[in-house]
Amino acid sequence: MSTDLSETVRCMTEGLQFHFDVDGDNFTSAGQASVQVKKNLRQLGIPPETIRRVSIAMYEGEINMVIHAGGGTADVYVNESSIVIVLDDTGPGIPNIEQAMQEGFSTAPDTIRSLGFGAGMGLPNMKRYTDEMQIESTVGVGTKITMKVNL
Amino acid sequence: MTVRELAAQLSLRELAMPDGDREVEGGYTGDLLSWVMGRAQSGDAWITIMSNLNIVAVASLADVACVILAEDVVPEQDVVKTAMAKGVNLLGAKESSFALSAAVAKAVQ
Repeated sequence: MSTDLSETVRCMTEGLQFHFDVDGDNFTSAGQASVQVKKNLRQLGIPPETIRRVSIAMYEGEINMVIHAGGGTADVYVNESSIVIVLDDTGPGIPNIEQAMQEGFSTAPDTIRSLGFGAGMGLPNMKRYTDEMQIESTVGVGTKITMKVNL
Repeated sequence: MTVRELAAQLSLRELAMPDGDREVEGGYTGDLLSWVMGRAQSGDAWITIMSNLNIVAVASLADVACVILAEDVVPEQDVVKTAMAKGVNLLGAKESSFALSAAVAKAVQ
């Protein structure tokens, strides 16, 4: 996880921004923001593989917010050199980020697992598909995840 | 080979085919959705027994060519409707995921 996000901050102050409220009560509608971002990026002429990486990373984040945090917000910033996704929630927070980043580690309930999620691949996939990722989390306060994909 | 051609060759049931001309370039088999998003490639035929609404979002975001529901799994009506609306090809078959994987691999070689 990168700690130098100065370029990310610069990106967030320029270019286009898309904002979404992620509904924490409706698991089946999770992904609407990601699908909308995919459409928007396609209209902007972003390369398909980049769109795929951004939208999967964002979808995993959306699902995490629905499963663990009762929803949250998602903001996507696009400029000439990168796409930045910021996911913010006021959920329970992540006590051990290093553990949460391990493939296969999951705290998802059985109901979520029965739908095919909760395999402990969400955060690892978000890291896999982005060039930079930073997690800021405080137990009892919430989690903010910033991801950047270079163009 | 296009999705339409694959469906005809393997006698797959057409549940939704909004983009039958999409090329199938490979295949991926799995039911854990994040695993699929982490491993499936764009243009794959995705074989699964998972049939809830989330498969449409996963298929769309992972940009697979089609979803093939194995073992005669029947999706809810919402799944078919949403697949059509989101441009996701959705097919069905009575064969197992194993048998379908072998058949798709042979067909797209």
